[in-house]
Amino acid sequence: MVLFEVFINGIILGGMYGLIALGLNLQYGVARILNLSYGEFFVGGAFTAFFTIMLWQYNPLLSLFISMPIAFAMNWLIYQYLMTPLIRRAPDQDALDADVVLVTFGLFFVFQGLALVYWSGDLRGYTFLSTPVNFLGATLAMNRLLALLGACLIAAVLFVILRRTRFGAALRAITIDPVAAGLVGIDVRRYSALAFAAGGALAAASGMLVSTFISFSATTGVAYTLKALIVVIMAGVGRVTGTLAAGVLLGVVEALGGYLIDPALTIAINFGLFMLILLLRPTGLFTRA
Amino acid sequence: MQAGNGTILSIRDLRKAFGGLVAVRDISFDIPEGRIFGLIGPNGSGKTTVLNLITAELSADSGSILFEGREMVGRQSFEVCRARIARTFQLVRVLPYMTTRENVMLGRMFGSAPTSPAQAAQDADALLERVGMAGRADLVASQLTYIDQKRIELARALATHPKLLLLDEWLAGLNPSELRIGIDLIRQICQDGVTIVMIEHVMEAIRALCDRVAVMNAGDKIAEGTPASVLSDPEVMHAYLGADDAAA
Amino acid sequence: MLDALRNARAAAALIVIAAIALAFVPLFSSGYVMSVFILLFANVALATAWSFFSGATRYISLATAAFFGIGIYVLAIAHVYVPVPVALIAAAIIGFLVALVVGLSTLRLRGVYFVVFTFGLTELIHQVLNWWEVKINHTVSRFIFTDVSNIAIYETLLVAALITIVGSWYVNQIRLGYALRAIGEDETVARHAGINTTRVKVVCFALSASVMAFVGAVLALRYPYVDASIAFNSTWSFQVLIAALLGGGGRAWGPAIGAIPLVLLSEYLAGTFPHHFSIALGLCFVVIVYFLPGGLTRLVLRLYHSWLVPQLKKAEVL
Repeated sequence: MVLFEVFINGIILGGMYGLIALGLNLQYGVARILNLSYGEFFVGGAFTAFFTIMLWQYNPLLSLFISMPIAFAMNWLIYQYLMTPLIRRAPDQDALDADVVLVTFGLFFVFQGLALVYWSGDLRGYTFLSTPVNFLGATLAMNRLLALLGACLIAAVLFVILRRTRFGAALRAITIDPVAAGLVGIDVRRYSALAFAAGGALAAASGMLVSTFISFSATTGVAYTLKALIVVIMAGVGRVTGTLAAGVLLGVVEALGGYLIDPALTIAINFGLFMLILLLRPTGLFTRA
Repeated sequence: MQAGNGTILSIRDLRKAFGGLVAVRDISFDIPEGRIFGLIGPNGSGKTTVLNLITAELSADSGSILFEGREMVGRQSFEVCRARIARTFQLVRVLPYMTTRENVMLGRMFGSAPTSPAQAAQDADALLERVGMAGRADLVASQLTYIDQKRIELARALATHPKLLLLDEWLAGLNPSELRIGIDLIRQICQDGVTIVMIEHVMEAIRALCDRVAVMNAGDKIAEGTPASVLSDPEVMHAYLGADDAAA
Repeated sequence: MLDALRNARAAAALIVIAAIALAFVPLFSSGYVMSVFILLFANVALATAWSFFSGATRYISLATAAFFGIGIYVLAIAHVYVPVPVALIAAAIIGFLVALVVGLSTLRLRGVYFVVFTFGLTELIHQVLNWWEVKINHTVSRFIFTDVSNIAIYETLLVAALITIVGSWYVNQIRLGYALRAIGEDETVARHAGINTTRVKVVCFALSASVMAFVGAVLALRYPYVDASIAFNSTWSFQVLIAALLGGGGRAWGPAIGAIPLVLLSEYLAGTFPHHFSIALGLCFVVIVYFLPGGLTRLVLRLYHSWLVPQLKKAEVL
């Protein structure tokens, strides 16, 4: 029975990983920009929630109305004014990737430095909806369930947008082949910028949801960038349901591994799984061969 | 095997599938030594896949590729190159930041007869003159025109000292006068003792150069023979033009 | 051809003079100046070693900290049992062997995948080592007891940096250098030109890793104790990457001229504004990408050809 609880916990954890990775997959899948400063927007969302409840005593969920638009705008600006010149001058995807990795690493350092200067490096946390509930026989805190619910909701909305709307069809076309998408009259640059911005907004939203049950600091962003990246690469670029599934897989393996082997080795188990998948299926688990 | 009249490359029951799509379906043919062999067929018929299988860019699902009696399936690309099979690419591929000379030197330094960089530079200049690129040796490859990049590719392939040269639409996109020069160049390379397999859509070149031609369609070899006999085959016309046009 | 020969001779003379001058620095300088120089040589060696593989092949590796940390740990463990020079050589050899295994399994990943993989590798080794120390050895850190003087560390790193630069220059001249560059420009073409790309990549990756492990081991001599977080600090990977890119590729001395301003800047900032260091580092990245795409090397070469050469010619004419 304990093992089952560990399993359920793994699913919750995995839902969280999937949630964090959704935005990055939107950015990398559609806009083809690997944003290594992604986790900083996660941290931004977490801090906004923290200030909302601790300073102003409002429900932290309300912070989404502040953090998501700001993250959206910032990411849109990053795409328009920092990435577009690089895309224009890059002779090939390899060269673009190298430039993008450098610039977004740079942004990561800048954002993290600013967060350290203004918010200090202290670990932060707050209590919100921590009442225990029974979920499939396992006892969980309400806030964790909320995060899982949030992940499913966001994934469902994304799925419907991508599958059922004209906008979504355009995004899918760009994911598959940006050049061909341009040839059929899709404004690739504009849609990519929107997808990139939306990805950033999702990072902020996931930061808020996760901050209800995991403490964070100005320097935790990079760890989430990495987790998200692992999930995206495991899932395959541009896959929504796959991202959630890959997140759950990672969460379950991490929870079971931590329980059965040693909790001190969870990061090692994470990377071990990731490396294994990368070596066996470099294009991701949920892509067609 | 005697030079000039034996079989240099023998392909048997070669097969390659991508998922459910069979790109090359159990095809067999023999390439006679010292001749020019044409491989034609509509786009997507599997010609380039055959080339990629021979040079180990792709690994075959089944079948065998015997080069001078030695099995090539299961080897790596660089081993195939050192066994003296060289190729050019359908979409021209040069090393963009290297000079023309350095591009060609690579083939000399690492092909089947490796030499020092200094020696390779000398040989590269000679090869560049042969393909009509003398005087452009110090230019960076990415700055050259499409045609010149094709010439670099050919010189690089020749620099590896091949017995068998695989050309993937090397004549495509040339204007009429360039085409004439190109055809002469290929003929001359063959006369110097290099066997050539060429994928080509330019029928004028096929007629002028090839002794034998194989036709592929949808992964199958549908005909093989002299250019004249193959090109008048109704099935070939059908594959190229579609049912209605062939009937008309 | 003659010009190239003259340039090479001038460069060689310059290097010899600089090396002799630097070798005597410890006689005249304070402990602080020495430690800045030590850091400088370490970074020059690391950036040159990084660029030797990653700059040429465009396989951007963030595993510098992993090999550097392996060197530190090999020294920390081995110096108790064997003389320090033996421990240093052991570090280089073990770094080489680990990189050989890693390279064989990972060097078919390209682009972003390779970057993420190498970054993950550092974290993986970090945590496994930490776990091993805590659970098996019941310790969190290892003390380093040596009586190696700062002068010896200084001279060792100076020699290591010089050997790395000269070795990298030499490889550029021979077939191996062409093979590395060809892999960076188009790996498929390289394979079809007869290059055994796997062997070239794995061997060069391991050579570069052995330098990193050696430098880590030498620097460890200065630490009173080490733990997994000190040894496997990813900042090393980033700093080396920036130094190499700031310097620019194509020339053996490129990474070195990138490392110098970076070490001085970080030395200044880390002392005065610790948080601002990360911001400055970040802005460095951005500036390099937008304004110095070829790195300082291109700037230096342009100045050399457009200003110094005409000046020299004028002087000769006059």
